[in-house]
Amino acid sequence: MSEPGTAAVPSREHGLALLSDMLRIRRLEERCAELYGQGKIRGFLHLYIGEEAVATGAMRALRPEDAIVATYREHGHALLRGVPAAALMAEMFGKATGCSRGRGGSMHLFDAGRRFYGGNAIVAGGLPLAVGLALADRLRDERRVTACFFGDGALAEGEFHESLNLAALWRLPVLFLCENNLYAMGTAIERHQAQLDLTLKARGYATAAESVDGMDVLAVEAAARRAAEYVRAGEGPFLLEAKTYRFRAHSAYDPELYRPKEEVERWKQRDPIPALEATLRAAGLLADEDVAGIEREAAREVEEAVAFAEASPWEPVEDLLRDVYATPEGRGGGAP
Amino acid sequence: MRTTYREAVRMALREALARDPRVFLMGEDVGRYGGTYAVSRGLLEEFGPERVRDTPLSESTFVGAGIGAAMAGMRPIVEVMTVNFSLLCLDQIVNNAALLRHMSGGQVAVPLVIRMATGAGRQVAAQHSHSLEGWYAHIPGIKVVAPATIEDARGMLAAALADPDPVLVFEHAALYGLEGELAEDAGPVDIARAAVRRPGRDVSLVAYGGTLGKALAAAEALAREGVEAEVLDLRVLRPLDVEAILASVRRTRRAVVVDEGWRTGSLSAEVSARIMEGAFYDLDAPVARVCSAEVPIPYPRHLEEAALPQPEAIAAAARRLVGHG
Repeated sequence: MSEPGTAAVPSREHGLALLSDMLRIRRLEERCAELYGQGKIRGFLHLYIGEEAVATGAMRALRPEDAIVATYREHGHALLRGVPAAALMAEMFGKATGCSRGRGGSMHLFDAGRRFYGGNAIVAGGLPLAVGLALADRLRDERRVTACFFGDGALAEGEFHESLNLAALWRLPVLFLCENNLYAMGTAIERHQAQLDLTLKARGYATAAESVDGMDVLAVEAAARRAAEYVRAGEGPFLLEAKTYRFRAHSAYDPELYRPKEEVERWKQRDPIPALEATLRAAGLLADEDVAGIEREAAREVEEAVAFAEASPWEPVEDLLRDVYATPEGRGGGAP
Repeated sequence: MRTTYREAVRMALREALARDPRVFLMGEDVGRYGGTYAVSRGLLEEFGPERVRDTPLSESTFVGAGIGAAMAGMRPIVEVMTVNFSLLCLDQIVNNAALLRHMSGGQVAVPLVIRMATGAGRQVAAQHSHSLEGWYAHIPGIKVVAPATIEDARGMLAAALADPDPVLVFEHAALYGLEGELAEDAGPVDIARAAVRRPGRDVSLVAYGGTLGKALAAAEALAREGVEAEVLDLRVLRPLDVEAILASVRRTRRAVVVDEGWRTGSLSAEVSARIMEGAFYDLDAPVARVCSAEVPIPYPRHLEEAALPQPEAIAAAARRLVGHG
């Protein structure tokens, strides 16, 4: 794991941007939790609260032409990729103006124009897709990175092992980003993994790897930049593990019987948002009014998103069968 | 020209690779080995290892990679050695390929072709012999085709590649050696309609893939007895050409559905139900089915033959319907 404090203190502008990104995710999701309680958002709602430093740091290493494959805990990734908060919120409401036309909900946020390919809710199911996106780039000589986020639960799936092997075998430009929050839903990592050192797993597939403190956004960003540069240079895939922690329940249905409250409290002491604030303040880069300004902007963004979602129309039931095939019921298929 | 089903598939692959730089072929042993069924022999030498890619035995990941590459605008042809092994990539086919367009609200297309061998008849026992295409035909979001003739083996691939949605092509393993005539200028065919392979007036034999030849053999036998059977080749298992099925049944008023899948919960059950829903009052007899026996395909030849739909059983079912039984 990278040594703490190895990342240089950022510029004031950059520090504020990182803080703003993390707070935007936090405030959006806190509002989502309330809306869930009010029945506005239904189904599963997997909150990223506590893990914001990972997406925030990692997204900084990616360019607009890069592709992203995320999991069902992807609100923050989508937001930072530039999917408008209004389109995200409308999607969670199930409205026709949502970023997936309301068909996906919280777990299936898509924005093909921004090369944001979900929103994938089968654990590890997105890894092969990332390998394929990278393969397409390779076949077309495009120097782009495909970033694939997944949790520690995916480490136990065959697709993780197959995908690392294939990406390394073909030297494909995939940045595998493991958001290790120590639990596969409710099963602690030491109860589902025989080998806890992820870099060793990567070595088994001849893949470069690094582990980073996922509660330190500066460290994540620095590591992600190194990793993305490696991948972009055509060196093959890279596995970056960010050790992090989920402060909230797995989903809204989780009574959290599997972990002690003290453990959660201990990790909350390492909340990445106050941690960055402290770093910036210590360097004299942050004033109270900066935080107030960021909070004001984040609150405005969230409330505008909620208002948009509330005001948005439902898709007419007559459209039920659309977007199953390119044509109604898959008709067509004439000889080309 | 005289050719085989295998050669016809190879011609189609070669043409696709030559015509469109977005097309590539990927799967287990498709390159140096030449394909398990020798379908892709010579293509590696012709098109090189970037476009004819041997994969590790990682069905889920190479099929998923095909999906990802298709999402990015390529036109991959992924070969899964047999449908039996496709269960290792069922997640990618059913949870990704079939759903991405819908889950993304129409933003993500998956123009992918997956070819796989299916079916029994070669004494390769239970884990290499099953016909599971009916399962795939259950899934909205994918198309399922089954070329039963040399012409379709030659022509369906181009239509599948031109389709904006994922298409699964089931090639019956016993057909690869099938010999026949193919027009020199044979080209793409549709993947939309069923085809009447033999017209008749007394009973419709509805078949597809590996059972088409058996249905035609049954029709020959029936003709010698004065029973004129119409043989309908489904060709496309999803979406079904229901109109063609109903039109045939309205002509003959009787139907035998032949399916190498097991009877329970099968494609034959679906065809039978569609006939009941759409042509019940045109029927002179209940729909009959000839399917595989409800047993894993056994190894010994006599038991394998007994487990599969055979021309004699198809003809017998038809005779019962026309009152000659």
